[in-house]
Amino acid sequence: MRAYIPAYDLRVPGSLTETLGLLSREPGVWQPFAGGTDLMVLLEAGKLSHKRYLSLAKLEDLRGIDVTTADVTLGALTTYSEIQKHRVLQKEFPLLCAAARETGSIATQNRGTIGGNIVNASPAADSPPALLVYDAEVELVSARGVRWLPYHGFHTGYKQLQLASDELLRAVRLPRRVKKWRQYYRKVGTRKAQAISKVCFAGAALVENGAIRDVRIALGSVAPIVLRAVKTEDALCGSKPTPTVIAAATETLAREIAPIDDIRSTARYRLRVAQNLLEEFLSQLAK
Amino acid sequence: MTETFNRIAIACDVNGEQRRVQAFPMERLLDVLRDEMRLTGTKEGCGEGECGACAVLMNGAIVNSCLVPAIEADGADIRTIEGMARGDQLNAVQEAFLECGGAQCGICTPGMVIASVALLERHPHPSDAQIREGLAGNLCRCTGYQKIFAAVVRACESSRDIKPVKR
Amino acid sequence: MEEKFFGHSVLRKEGREKVTGRARYVDDLAFPEMLHGVTVRSSVARGRIRGIRFGDGIPWSEFTVVTAADIPGKNEIALIEHDQPCLAAEVINHPEEAVVLLAHADRYLLEEARRAVQIDVEPLPAIFSIEDSIAKRAVIFGEDNVFKSYRVEKGDVDAAWAQADIIVEREYRTGAQEQLYIENQGMIATANPTDGVTIWGSLQCPYYVHKALIILFGLPAEKIRVIQAETGGGFGGKEEYPSMIAGHAALLAWKSGKRVKIIYDRAEDMASTTKRHPSRTRHRTGVTRDGKLVAMDIDFVIDGGAYATLSSVVLSRGTIHSAGPYFCPNVRVQSRAVATNAPPHGAFRGFGAPQSIFALERHMDQVARALNLTSEEFRRRNFIRKGQTTATGQLIREEVNFNGLLERAFRESDYHAKRERFARENPGATVKRGIGFSSFMHGAGFTGSGEVYLASVVELEATREGIVRVLAASTEIGQGTNTIFSQIAADALGISYDRIEIAQPDTSAVPNSGPTVASRTAMVVGNLVESAARGLKRTLVDSGLLCDACTEDEFVRACRRYIETRGPLRSRSQYEPPPGLLWDDATYKGDAYGTYAWAVYVAEVAVDTVTFEARVTDFVAVQEVGKVIHPVLAAGQIEGGVAQAIGMALYENVVWREGRMANGQMTNYIMPTAADIPPIRVFFEEQPYPFGPHGAKGIGELPMDGPAPAIVNAIEDATGICVRETPATPEVLMEAMTEEVGIFD
Repeated sequence: MRAYIPAYDLRVPGSLTETLGLLSREPGVWQPFAGGTDLMVLLEAGKLSHKRYLSLAKLEDLRGIDVTTADVTLGALTTYSEIQKHRVLQKEFPLLCAAARETGSIATQNRGTIGGNIVNASPAADSPPALLVYDAEVELVSARGVRWLPYHGFHTGYKQLQLASDELLRAVRLPRRVKKWRQYYRKVGTRKAQAISKVCFAGAALVENGAIRDVRIALGSVAPIVLRAVKTEDALCGSKPTPTVIAAATETLAREIAPIDDIRSTARYRLRVAQNLLEEFLSQLAK
Repeated sequence: MTETFNRIAIACDVNGEQRRVQAFPMERLLDVLRDEMRLTGTKEGCGEGECGACAVLMNGAIVNSCLVPAIEADGADIRTIEGMARGDQLNAVQEAFLECGGAQCGICTPGMVIASVALLERHPHPSDAQIREGLAGNLCRCTGYQKIFAAVVRACESSRDIKPVKR
Repeated sequence: MEEKFFGHSVLRKEGREKVTGRARYVDDLAFPEMLHGVTVRSSVARGRIRGIRFGDGIPWSEFTVVTAADIPGKNEIALIEHDQPCLAAEVINHPEEAVVLLAHADRYLLEEARRAVQIDVEPLPAIFSIEDSIAKRAVIFGEDNVFKSYRVEKGDVDAAWAQADIIVEREYRTGAQEQLYIENQGMIATANPTDGVTIWGSLQCPYYVHKALIILFGLPAEKIRVIQAETGGGFGGKEEYPSMIAGHAALLAWKSGKRVKIIYDRAEDMASTTKRHPSRTRHRTGVTRDGKLVAMDIDFVIDGGAYATLSSVVLSRGTIHSAGPYFCPNVRVQSRAVATNAPPHGAFRGFGAPQSIFALERHMDQVARALNLTSEEFRRRNFIRKGQTTATGQLIREEVNFNGLLERAFRESDYHAKRERFARENPGATVKRGIGFSSFMHGAGFTGSGEVYLASVVELEATREGIVRVLAASTEIGQGTNTIFSQIAADALGISYDRIEIAQPDTSAVPNSGPTVASRTAMVVGNLVESAARGLKRTLVDSGLLCDACTEDEFVRACRRYIETRGPLRSRSQYEPPPGLLWDDATYKGDAYGTYAWAVYVAEVAVDTVTFEARVTDFVAVQEVGKVIHPVLAAGQIEGGVAQAIGMALYENVVWREGRMANGQMTNYIMPTAADIPPIRVFFEEQPYPFGPHGAKGIGELPMDGPAPAIVNAIEDATGICVRETPATPEVLMEAMTEEVGIFD
């Protein structure tokens, strides 16, 4: 345990208004604290440089999963366990449930939140590729008002977000447009459970008459941010997933991602496996 | 020296008993249990939420107490290994661990018992795959997990109550 | 003698405490007015210490500060050589080397203080690989970086090549491996010139710590007391390192006048304590066309890190096991332990044998291929038998039925049918399946005359209530010491298991039974427990207070009467070697071990060609162990060892950066979870060893030796690729598979 605990402040505001007020009046002073499964790890490693936090634990506005005919909206404090239990998510957004199930352990899943996962902005996060595939939108609130942004483009660089210092992520909205899409999720980690991903692949495609009408492909751990492979998507749109098309798509993918060597794996491995996962996804579409 | 903050009052229910302690807001629940409350059954194995040796039940759900800040324990219902037995009477999971050889060095055992109890509450008759998934968050270096799996199977066959003790 | 408890799976002696969380490990112990201690370490791998700076903003006057200058005795961790300091004084020889110790009552402030100490080191050229060490890119130990070397010669290898029809030459490597006991290392100490030093700690060998502190403090033996707390796993990682951390806690206690507790967090434990020695083995093997071994030339090197510590002994065991359970008339083994600027490597289950056996059992499969023989047929033609000699010239005096072990292992694993089915189904499959095996042995007890040198002692003492206490220095670290000693003593005395108590290992109260290592606790010390128990009963019988055949009540009454009329009722047993064992340390020839456990392990794997991940899908472990003392505990040892070896084979990779472990967190150092480990099916054969208790042999380390080569052999069966290193990570498999283009068409 490497942190000087008395130097850390953690307050629990009673309402969203109170929280936004503090963020607005004291910009840069406060950072939000959700489930703690990322921040506490940094704390214990002596790497949590920011010292003052606002716990979101009492903010009911950030809880709950709302279902309308058009979309499903998850409060930012929705935990991975809650995601896995939700009927509509299981049925229509299985990639998000798969990602939640492979995040850490059950103990982590009981505490970790989708909002925290997004704001922590790790390029190796498990759920964001699914969110990208689902064209998710994020709701940002501040004392100044509310705005919605597409999640695609929300991360502008390594650990850089389009989140102002007085803003809080309140919700994530998933349009219910993928009911007929074929979906695929595969996380390649260092072991079968409790693993940080080396490569993470989420894909969904609308296939009609054997051809790919529309497709979404997103990857984790192969770039400084979680990545939508738009060039690869464009190359596939309108085509039948023949071996030639698949081979060309993997070439395009290789040019679109930028995997690195790090403590867990190598760039060569990540590249090769990302291509293999794309091939596996597309081959399944051909069946 | 950096700015420091004061300890705050934490009140929670631990193993059916109301407890009040003073703790720093960011202090780990693990340390509140072990140091403030002297409940040393919950262990530190890694300090990063990977090994599960610090697992407790918080508001009915299994969590790694090394990742829970003390302030979040305020008002919570916490069950630790010390609350699993009813006096001298072990619960079904503990009895099964004893009979099946599920504990060797014993350091992972408190967390494993908590995880097994949590698993059996979700799946009273878990499949092999469910057992593995349910315990995947608890590392054991001694047993190779085999006799821990056997203990979970034995526990769900037992008629004894696996639920944590409630007053 | 009736075996009422021996051979049965009685409840673990301290099991209730463990399942209720009441067992007290060192960090669970708290005392009033206790200080916490931390260690300030070098971040540089090698250099000269120019100064120590204490930064601003810390109330240093409140702290106890210890450096090498504060050491009352010798600045040395006494083990085999005298080269390792307790605290670095003038030079640094590895990253994480301890330089300054700090103590304070406030655990959090202590961490701030640690960060505020700067050690100024003028760097010197450092070496980090076996190759650089052998090439003497920098000389960091002695004249040539060699801690120790051995040469084993049997027959005439150089002349024997002429007899070989085929010669196969390959190199194999194993990486470092972290023991990863779930309980981090920790010690509590009190120390002052009047009362001496008292230690409570997580440890395997109280008398090792005892000896080291005598030298560190310059105090007589009676002034040092070492007590083992409940210990959460050791696997060798708590064999020698505890002397270091105990020394540190004691030095802080000595200077502060207060009790001091040092507990490592996981990052510190991984970065600064010992690991399995990395190895490089070169095999050159000559065989006749009909598959008989005629010449084995083995070069075995292990990386010892910066100080000698136990490397000479690890080297010894690895050397002796390197030619395996085969008969070959001409063998040469040349081995070296070399120095690098990494934290010293140390004891880890298997102790050199997993390294050399990995190489051998991989190599045997290569030679079989070159001969166009199946792996098993090649081995059958060379398995050692009673009446033949090993590489050290040890005559095998017991029946060794490797064919029987092989048959059983193949039957239980359905080896042939699976092999055939996989070969049929693999072409075109995304997931390739394979099955492989290894055949091996493990010598129990200390090598050669080691046990004679240890001269272990066990004492028994009865109370007037008829409770019999076993006084031994052997520690319970999960393997079941307390339980098996109780079983052995209960049967020898003819009383109930519940009447036996195991005294807490405390050097002021128990004799030196030797260290809890080398698979010796059941076989060597258990034997002493048995003879001491028989001795105690004989005392009662000889005194006329008891008949040989007696009831438990009669035994209890006799104890009371004896103690009331004659005084303490105690017995003592000291090690005596089995007759006829001869070992020559100079030539490394003779009877290396009293006996060996023999084994055949079969691993079934699945290799995913999309992700290059290999996982073990089934595992069968068959071994001949003399006699099974406790079926559940024995199986538990095998299962646990196999799991650790699966980790060694596939998952556990130490990432080194300039001599420092870069992935020292559980997130990035990968040990298998419950989701990764396959069913492990364990089978025992029994051929009683006359000099073990009821015939039992030692088995603690055996299961670490066989799995890695069996698994990598299975990977070769599944994919055709020849991996010659551990861990066989997906990255390694990918590189190997992409070299062999077209293998998956």
